[in-house]
Amino acid sequence: MSVRVYVPLDAAARSVGADEVAAAIAGEAIAREIDIEIVRNGTRGMVWLEPLVEVATSGSRLAYGPVSPADVPSLFDSGFLTGGSHQLSLGPTSGIPFFARQDRVTFARCGLIDPLSLDEYRANGGLAGLTRALAMTREAIVQEVTDSGLRGRGGAGFPTGIKWKTVLDEPADQKYIVCNADEGDSGTFADRMLMEGDPFVLIEGMAIAAVAVGATMGYVYLRSEYPDAFNILQRAVAISRDAGILGPSALGSGHPFDIDVRLGAGAYICGEETSLLESLEGKRGVIRAKPPLPAISGLFGKPTVVNNVLSLASVPAILEKGAGYYAAFGTGRSRGTMPLQLAGNIKHGGLFETAFGMTIREAIFAVGGGTASGRPLRAIQIGGPLGAYFPDHLLDTPLDYEAMAAQKGMLGHGGIVVFDDSVDLARQARFAMDFCAIESCGKCTPCRIGSTRGVEVIDRIVAGEDRALNLELLDDLCEVMVDASLCQLGGLTPFPVLSALRHFPEDFDRPATASHQPALAKEGSQ
Amino acid sequence: MTLVKEIDYGTPAATSEVAITLQIDGKPVTVPAGTSVMRAAKETGVSVPKLCATDSLDPFGSCRLCLVEIEGRRGTPASCTTPVEAGMKVTTQSQKLAKLRRSVMELYISDHPLDCLTCPANGDCELQDMAGAVGLREVRYGYEGANHLSEEKDESNPYFTFDPAKCIVCSRCVRACDEVQGTFALTVKGRGFASKISPGDMLFLESECVSCGACVQACPTATLTEKSVIEKGQPEHSVITTCAYCGVGCTFKAEMQGNEVVKMVPFKDGKANHGHSCVKGRFAWGYTTHRDRMLKPMIRKNITDRWQEVSWDEAISYAASEFKRIQATYGPDSIGGITSSRCTNEETYLVQKLVRAGFGNNNVDTCARVCHSPTGYGLKTTLGTSAGTQDFDSIEQTDVVVVLGANPTDAHPVFASRMKRRLREGARLIVIDPRRIDLVKSAHVEAEYHLPLRPGTNVAVINAMAHVVVTEGLVNEAFVTQRCDLAAFNRWREFIQDPRHSPESVESITGVPAADLRAAARLYATGGNAAIYYGLGVTEHSQGSTMVMGMANLAMATGNLGREGVGINPLRGQNNVQGSCDMGSFPHEFPGYRHVGELSVRSVFEEAWAVGLKGDPGLRIPNMLDAAVDGTFKGLYIQGEDIAQSDPNTKHVTAGLAAMECVVIHDLFLNETASYAHVFLPGSSFLEKDGTFTNAERRIGRVRKAIPPMAGYADWEVTIALAKAMGYEMDYSHPSEIMDEIARLTPTFAGVSYDKLERLGSIQWPCNEKAPEGTPVMHSEGFVRGKGQFMITEFIATDERATDRFPLLLTTGRILSQYNVGAQTRRTPNVEWFDEDVLEIHPWDAENRGINEGDRVALTSRAGETTLHARISERMQPGVVYTTFHFPGTGTNVVTTEFADWATDCPEYKVTAVQVRRTMHRAAWQENYDALREQTTIVGAPAGGAS
Repeated sequence: MSVRVYVPLDAAARSVGADEVAAAIAGEAIAREIDIEIVRNGTRGMVWLEPLVEVATSGSRLAYGPVSPADVPSLFDSGFLTGGSHQLSLGPTSGIPFFARQDRVTFARCGLIDPLSLDEYRANGGLAGLTRALAMTREAIVQEVTDSGLRGRGGAGFPTGIKWKTVLDEPADQKYIVCNADEGDSGTFADRMLMEGDPFVLIEGMAIAAVAVGATMGYVYLRSEYPDAFNILQRAVAISRDAGILGPSALGSGHPFDIDVRLGAGAYICGEETSLLESLEGKRGVIRAKPPLPAISGLFGKPTVVNNVLSLASVPAILEKGAGYYAAFGTGRSRGTMPLQLAGNIKHGGLFETAFGMTIREAIFAVGGGTASGRPLRAIQIGGPLGAYFPDHLLDTPLDYEAMAAQKGMLGHGGIVVFDDSVDLARQARFAMDFCAIESCGKCTPCRIGSTRGVEVIDRIVAGEDRALNLELLDDLCEVMVDASLCQLGGLTPFPVLSALRHFPEDFDRPATASHQPALAKEGSQ
Repeated sequence: MTLVKEIDYGTPAATSEVAITLQIDGKPVTVPAGTSVMRAAKETGVSVPKLCATDSLDPFGSCRLCLVEIEGRRGTPASCTTPVEAGMKVTTQSQKLAKLRRSVMELYISDHPLDCLTCPANGDCELQDMAGAVGLREVRYGYEGANHLSEEKDESNPYFTFDPAKCIVCSRCVRACDEVQGTFALTVKGRGFASKISPGDMLFLESECVSCGACVQACPTATLTEKSVIEKGQPEHSVITTCAYCGVGCTFKAEMQGNEVVKMVPFKDGKANHGHSCVKGRFAWGYTTHRDRMLKPMIRKNITDRWQEVSWDEAISYAASEFKRIQATYGPDSIGGITSSRCTNEETYLVQKLVRAGFGNNNVDTCARVCHSPTGYGLKTTLGTSAGTQDFDSIEQTDVVVVLGANPTDAHPVFASRMKRRLREGARLIVIDPRRIDLVKSAHVEAEYHLPLRPGTNVAVINAMAHVVVTEGLVNEAFVTQRCDLAAFNRWREFIQDPRHSPESVESITGVPAADLRAAARLYATGGNAAIYYGLGVTEHSQGSTMVMGMANLAMATGNLGREGVGINPLRGQNNVQGSCDMGSFPHEFPGYRHVGELSVRSVFEEAWAVGLKGDPGLRIPNMLDAAVDGTFKGLYIQGEDIAQSDPNTKHVTAGLAAMECVVIHDLFLNETASYAHVFLPGSSFLEKDGTFTNAERRIGRVRKAIPPMAGYADWEVTIALAKAMGYEMDYSHPSEIMDEIARLTPTFAGVSYDKLERLGSIQWPCNEKAPEGTPVMHSEGFVRGKGQFMITEFIATDERATDRFPLLLTTGRILSQYNVGAQTRRTPNVEWFDEDVLEIHPWDAENRGINEGDRVALTSRAGETTLHARISERMQPGVVYTTFHFPGTGTNVVTTEFADWATDCPEYKVTAVQVRRTMHRAAWQENYDALREQTTIVGAPAGGAS
């Protein structure tokens, strides 16, 4: 029997040479006339170790990394195919501390299996959830999801079961499941990793949702910046159709359900669910006023479940193992696990799935190993470009929805971006407004005009022009953006701005003599 | 007199029957479920500040001025997008709200020019109003930041300007174009701060914009502004009146400065148009003051003489003396009159009264002769009333729309917009037309079936549809049994189920694929409420009346009559076609469609008019012309019609006119017929008089005098003067008295009065004791004639058919920007869209003849030849060519023939066998026309005055 060697096909791994490593291993094996099987798996999520090569030995998978093509001959020389020791040896993958301390539920199979092998998917628990769901009533499925405590992982944290219930209870001739895969937050990559590493779990999750609410058609709205995920998802959908998971009768249940994968066009705002629906309908991506909720009148005016990739991908495990299993993870009203994404200036960046409740400090230092630069940490931003900046003294906040909100922050999609002491928070505040100005759909006034004015006001503050007046104006602007914006783009933009002002006021009050815009002249390191 | 300002409730009315009670600022209010908080507030008299909301458009929620507080809810929801809920407690004013609103306005004004005093919207600017309402006192952002103040103005549209520097990007214009007009010409380009309203990266004039004005009306700032307002300033008073263009009969506010119109704005409470308009009614009113208006009466002995300006008295007495002389010489039947579908009911009534009582004969006819006379005949025969069965609102309940021989987006644009809206909501569409009209496929509208029949085969198609209904068991037996004459039905069933009517049998005649025809017939019969909307493509055929009856058969057989959402609905071409017919303009009928031969009716009129009346029908227009050529008909009073341009076979028409001894033209302009006239009496436009028009849905709407008659007298006063000079006294001091007489003498109008019109806005006849406020939907309790009458409608092909010599079929019609003979629209900037009639021809037919786009081509029929430029168009089917008749020099009707509907003489404009070839020269007729026109329109010095 040939030895299986795993080289990730994940875009992050490929960006650091995984394809070349896989080719080098294949070439070396041929040259040495060794029969091996190279499996392109998803990533294990330890990005700093990519390309992470694994070898299946009896009992466990042994990891080597980060591997470059130049390392390959020496790996063969050291007998890595049989677990031989090498300077890149990391031991059993499951024993790597970063990996070992995770609660892998949603990402259980990601990195473990060939993403497009339905057999491996089944062999590792895949389709058990859908199979069980098909034996249940719709109400019971929705109840199971409700009981699990699963909340929207896209950022808003709305209870998934309640959303499903609304769609279930809405009579209609047609309902839809829409998966929001427009992962646009800076420092986030969990959706992508999952779609590239275990696409069937998303398909299964969507199928369960469809069965639960009576939908027959699903769409994945995927950002165009994810071409690998697009290819893999499309192949996974085709395979699922061939296998009868999708199509006129899902798993022979008689329930028709199919999925189409659609590409966005590069607008951040289309990650907001109503804009996403507009875009999916072929229109300009602008926010729809709510009500009506998409659950009542969504895609093409029909009741629609719009869920994030992670929410839907968590559902199969909930159905397979029961609401109780899932709800046992977490704390307070934040139940289950959250795939944290450690990014920015951090030593050990990557995906870390854990039960809610770990503190930020633990995630950054105990898990992530502190800053990559080795300089002192000065600030972190959690929840994407609209998340608040936290200083050191807030790092003991637990990572759960309510605790974060209590500190005027948000967990969002679970992205944590670390900054060392070279960061200029005035520049970051300006960036938040500028980001909003660039990405605003332009529908509502506070966001459309306010974000542009926000940049201008911050520039004046930093330049020392009428500071008191402009600080008051910025405060008023933030108030109208928070309270009057149509959606959360405008509504949340003030959070990074105000948190920067609150926690790092000194960055906004520099001598105007240094240069006209000292904050902008200096490169932050992110 | 003040400026009429409709209340803007912010969001459309909800229609739910469930009532919801809530509190707004402590005041209880009860509204239908689905009402927005904003609208509920307005109902209690509370105005919540707003900019992006207006009640003609769905709520949008973008300006964020209308935020309110709701007890028990987080945040400050927008009142426009928040529906009411029972027990809600809403606060519309608080310190927090005030601050938020001021902050929003501060942002708006930070990107807006501060030229209020010189801005055309000054006095009519919602942005200005809101700045005032929220108490904006300073803009702390300054004016140095990023802005749009140097954006370039688009002045390409002849009627309005687009100034993006003043735009607040509320999208009201875009939404009006989408939701109200249904053209989807506008969009928001870019995003965020760069968002800009755009007609698709081109100038407005080059875009798909149809210049309906909905965007201009919706704009809360000066961004989209009428050029007339820019030029003149804000109006100070309004006069509510009815549009004088097509048969939709839109209600408008004439917005005035003294005796000058500043703009025409569609009136929100107008029941035909609900606040919408088209380019003609909204903007193309400049003809009323065009320098071509003839404001002095004129006479001449011979048509080759120069016109001599004379006094009103002289002109009237000359006309009367000539008429009397002719009657004395050639007999009482040697003169007659033609009423106008552009004039008011009252004026039309007076002209037919003048003919019957003053001339002492029944030689009165009207332009409906050449458009919808078959409608009158066909619907009266089958259903009992010469009118459409529905009101326009009925379309809201329609599931299947059949558009048959009509092109509503061009000819009846305001109703077309409502139709398109209903189609976007999900109603299904069948188009039966030789041409691929816009409705077949346009933005968000697509016909499920387009049956592109060959011109002249309507009856074969409608019979085949009925055949499918009968043979496939789709007859609504219950309806037929209960509502129709069973003996007639059974005869008809026997007739129609014959295999010769099957879609397969007639496919080779009609060119319509049998499968499509079958599917369309099934859809019509089984798709829910099915309504037929038709136009002159039905009537202007040798079998026009047969076709109308064929449609009635089909509607009766499927039970699609007598309730909302169904029916047979003629789309009337001119503003008052319905009314002119109602008013007794036909030679055989008194007002109310009662035959002159019926003694009981005639004696009523004899008594009322104190004169003996003839019981024999008089001459129709074609008969008058024939008789003139024969030398027995010598005098004609024509009010507001131009038969020399509009009627078929121009050479025959002009020969008839030239043979007369006294032709009196009563018109705004020296029209084509005036070339053959001896007396010219200046007419008054719709702005210059009181009266009523009756639109296609039988709706009688008021025409109100906005300015005094420019030539001194309204048309009705002139007719009275002429009658008096003829020796027949008419005594009316105001058109309301004429309507009172009409109501006294006409059972279907018995309940109509100006007072009631004032109260109700408009009235749909019949209006009488049984229906004191009018009748929106006819035949709901049973057909007017009693039992519905199925008629045998054998298809008989027209004698006008394609031959080797004339291998193509010409069909004629109209386009959006021009109207009928163009007398009005040619004298407006509408010519910027369309300044000459062109011949549309399929690429195959063009290629066969070596014709390229824009080539001059000769269009020849057995009647005559003219030339025009070619437009190659795939809207046409091969073998069919199309043109319009808006420009007199085109001579379209030189080519059309004398063939006509067998029952009503309505000309067969829609089928003329023609040949088309390239040419370098204009036709002989055109050259002669120019010379004659020049010769016959010279106005000389006033009689006795210095030259």
